[in-house]
Amino acid sequence: MSDADSNKTEPGQPSLRTTRRSFIKGVIVSGVAVSAVGYVVYERTARRPAAGAVERLITLNVNGRDRRVDVAPHETLAYTIRNKLGLTGTKVSCDRAECGACTVMLDGVTSYSCSTLTQSVRNRKIVTIEGIAGPTGGLHKVQQAMIDELGPQCGFCTSGQVVSAVALLNRNPKPTQDEARRGMSGNLCKCGAYDHYLKAVMRASQEA
Amino acid sequence: MDHKLIGKDFVVTDIEAKVTGRAKYVEDFRADGMVFCKSLTSPIPHAKIRSIDTSAALKMKGVLGILTADDVPQFPPPAQGIFAKDETFYVGEPILAVAAESEEIAVAAIEAIKIDFQELPHVVDPLESLFPGGPNARSGGNVAAGQIKLQTVKWDGADFATAGETKLPLGRPAEEWSYGDIDAGFKKAKVIVEENFVTATYSHNCMEARSAFAYWQGGKCFLYGSNQSHTAAIANISRYIGIKPDQLVFLAEFCGGGFGSKIPGYPNMAIAALMSKKINRPVMHRISRHEEYGIGSARPGFQGYVKMGFAANGKMVAADLYVVQESGPMATAGDFRAAGGALTLLYQPDAVRFRTVPVLTNTVPVGAQRGPGENQFVSVIEPMIDQAARQLNMDRIDIRIINAPDSDGKIGQDRGPLTSAFQKDALAKLKILGNWEERKKRSGQKNGTKVTGIGIGQGFHSAGSNGFDGLVRITTDGKLHIHTGVGNLGTHSHYSTARVAADLLNVNWENAIVERGDTRRGLPFNSPQAGSLTASTQSRTMYAAAMDMKDKLTDIAAQMLGGKPEDYVLGDEKVVSKSGGKSITYQQAAQKAVQLGGKYSGKEVPDELNPITKSAVAMIVGTGLIAAAKDKLPRVGTTPGLTCNLAEVEIDTETGVVEIKECFSVVDVGTVLFPLGLGHQIASGQILGIGMAHLERHIYDPKLGIPAAMGFHQSKVPTYLDIPPNIQWQAVEKPDPHHPLGIKGVGEPALGSGASCITSAIADALGGHLFNRTPVSADMILNHLSGRPPAHKPLQVNTV
Ligand code: FES
Ligand code: FES
Repeated sequence: MSDADSNKTEPGQPSLRTTRRSFIKGVIVSGVAVSAVGYVVYERTARRPAAGAVERLITLNVNGRDRRVDVAPHETLAYTIRNKLGLTGTKVSCDRAECGACTVMLDGVTSYSCSTLTQSVRNRKIVTIEGIAGPTGGLHKVQQAMIDELGPQCGFCTSGQVVSAVALLNRNPKPTQDEARRGMSGNLCKCGAYDHYLKAVMRASQEA
Repeated sequence: MDHKLIGKDFVVTDIEAKVTGRAKYVEDFRADGMVFCKSLTSPIPHAKIRSIDTSAALKMKGVLGILTADDVPQFPPPAQGIFAKDETFYVGEPILAVAAESEEIAVAAIEAIKIDFQELPHVVDPLESLFPGGPNARSGGNVAAGQIKLQTVKWDGADFATAGETKLPLGRPAEEWSYGDIDAGFKKAKVIVEENFVTATYSHNCMEARSAFAYWQGGKCFLYGSNQSHTAAIANISRYIGIKPDQLVFLAEFCGGGFGSKIPGYPNMAIAALMSKKINRPVMHRISRHEEYGIGSARPGFQGYVKMGFAANGKMVAADLYVVQESGPMATAGDFRAAGGALTLLYQPDAVRFRTVPVLTNTVPVGAQRGPGENQFVSVIEPMIDQAARQLNMDRIDIRIINAPDSDGKIGQDRGPLTSAFQKDALAKLKILGNWEERKKRSGQKNGTKVTGIGIGQGFHSAGSNGFDGLVRITTDGKLHIHTGVGNLGTHSHYSTARVAADLLNVNWENAIVERGDTRRGLPFNSPQAGSLTASTQSRTMYAAAMDMKDKLTDIAAQMLGGKPEDYVLGDEKVVSKSGGKSITYQQAAQKAVQLGGKYSGKEVPDELNPITKSAVAMIVGTGLIAAAKDKLPRVGTTPGLTCNLAEVEIDTETGVVEIKECFSVVDVGTVLFPLGLGHQIASGQILGIGMAHLERHIYDPKLGIPAAMGFHQSKVPTYLDIPPNIQWQAVEKPDPHHPLGIKGVGEPALGSGASCITSAIADALGGHLFNRTPVSADMILNHLSGRPPAHKPLQVNTV
């Protein structure tokens, strides 16, 4: 958690605590909308919408919880979840719907969050990699299989691979290997870990 | 020796963080007061920068500062600098950076900056630059690399006229060497294969772009970077920033792909660091996919000529190789030399002549990519070996066995020795694993519109080094801390090599703590995590540290319990007297070490240690029993990692699509350290080899020099749909005698054999037709099958 309130900015000094603890995910307490650090395009804070404009302060259902968040009209879901909800497990690699590093589920269906407008998913159930593990915090069988089969190499694509694999097994619990690789084919892995990821998907499909 | 950990599978310690999304990469970090910077990059491939006007940008609200070439260390041309100064050499080259409260403001400020460029002629094809009067990629010349200083090389018009369009002109090389008598060799050859070839340049395309995050504190620069090596990169990164190595705190716990492009750090890292210093705020410098294309490196392409002579028994008696390398605009890749090395090693020819010229081009900077040089070489040469076998009516594996090195093999111009080579055994094993005698009967068999091809490929890269420092520590709670500075590329070798220390010291893996990822944890000077080096090099480094620890443990036991150190052996986390009865625990030994001080507690360290190791020990001095030792174990010769692969493919003659049905691989990597991890390297090498063989390439607009394959989709990285269903492998498992545990590496050669088995299989399916080009794309296959000429000129590069 942030201990940002203990940060004192000396004139001319960076606003920065002297320990590693200051490097935290931008974790935001549920129910409180906070405008996080300003990446491209989204730095403006919430204001009262003009007539006909989009409401910026919206509720998103993320990993089973309602989160109030300030969202610009042109803001992508990947941006919102990484930078405003502090869920940095979702990665951005191509930022243009080519690689799947940013894969999340919307009502159970995989979607490239880098190319989805946050405003368009207000009434959807959003599941990110952080919401994949069981409610008690135990690993999902896909995650366990990815460990057992040594799925990842560098790990940068892994969040997306896990989310896609879970969605695949939800809709097709016993895929053939060919069905599995077709189901996973929206997720690139430049390390070439496909063979081990596929083995993991097949192993997970055999678990109860 | 019976090992508890070495050679056994295990759950890699940091893998759970990856599958749960908890692993943190550069862009996942935040700091209070953090601001952003964006680079302004060159929109044109070659130009003089006449003036830069930043006045309007600096006046914008929220703009915090601008960093230009005048603010950063300079490196003599043609080295890759941080920013272009006076002259820009490629589209995407950083020219300056703007820091602002938000990226949006930084982007708007960049729009407000005016640069007066004077366009200069550009070149994306090396042969155009070598043509008389052809453009130079830099004002200072068109040829450079490593020891080859920047110079201008133009070939004679006659060289081009003689060669025509189909052959490589053989003009003056920048470097040449030979051994043996090639003319005599060719004279006595029964069969000669003579071909011209092209391998395409293609991006590294790391999934994690090279973003960086930095701030300063107490005179030190804290840098979060995406890097495959850790302590091996410190000196170079410090140089980019212009600080002393001990002023850098380098944090790199995870790295989202490097493939050779993130070995000793890279210039871009300095931007966040120097901007942070300039504006006194933590700075996040995110790199977009487009920016990554420009600064993210690429495997350099070759235009080449080769002539190989074979005796009746298949032995290569002479070889003549000429490699023109597309070097990008900076002298950043030495792949061309490695091609010559691969020729001498893989086929052990009696006589060789090697000529080369690395030519600068206004394309993105190139650099080492998994198997730099060797893999371009095998991807086009291996199908030619099949051609020789066909002409000699020989078995295609047998011709490779005849030429393959054994441990008496030699490498390079100087015919240097090898530490071990069992490629003949590997090829023999591949016959059995791949059911060769049965399978090869399917060569060229038709099934409807499909035709089958069976290919063999080989790979080689030197795969072991030595001379680094090991550091292990037993703390007063009895835990073994294994300090590793190799980095985390994703090959899992940071943990598999750490287990060597635990194994040799009889420590349960649960009681071992791997210290890594942050220089403040006390990380010694270790091998770069690159070049198939880590498994071999870091395991012997760990061996050296463990032996030093063992000596100290028995020494302390003798001091505490009487007798001599030789009277004691290591038991289960205990030091036990050989006669039985007496023992001390590791915990007791560590507590004693703290009392004893001196060499036991890290107060005194051997002078021969690298300064980085010495400062690492200084961070942990007095916290337990410390063993820090340089690996001085003997190693004489090149340590070759060797692989061979077999692929069965089916080509659809109506669409040109190549379907890869089955792949097999046998590897000569000495003792197997971590079977699951080794299998992963082999499989991923095969998969990335598929990308190299028939998918990935750079494309530039020939008139404008603008890149047109900047995304994953356009550059065609392999997907799940391109891979075979099941990749099987075996290891020869003959230990390397120049390594205390017999371990050699595998990363690079696995891709080379993975690529070359595919190019060979495609040629085989088409009756031995040689495309002499990577990637072999579907349209090339279709044009060939329908008797049409290819859509490109034989030696054309970068624009097809
Ligand atoms: S980052 Fe969204 S698909 Fe690549
Ligand atoms: S594991 Fe590195 S990109 Fe997939």
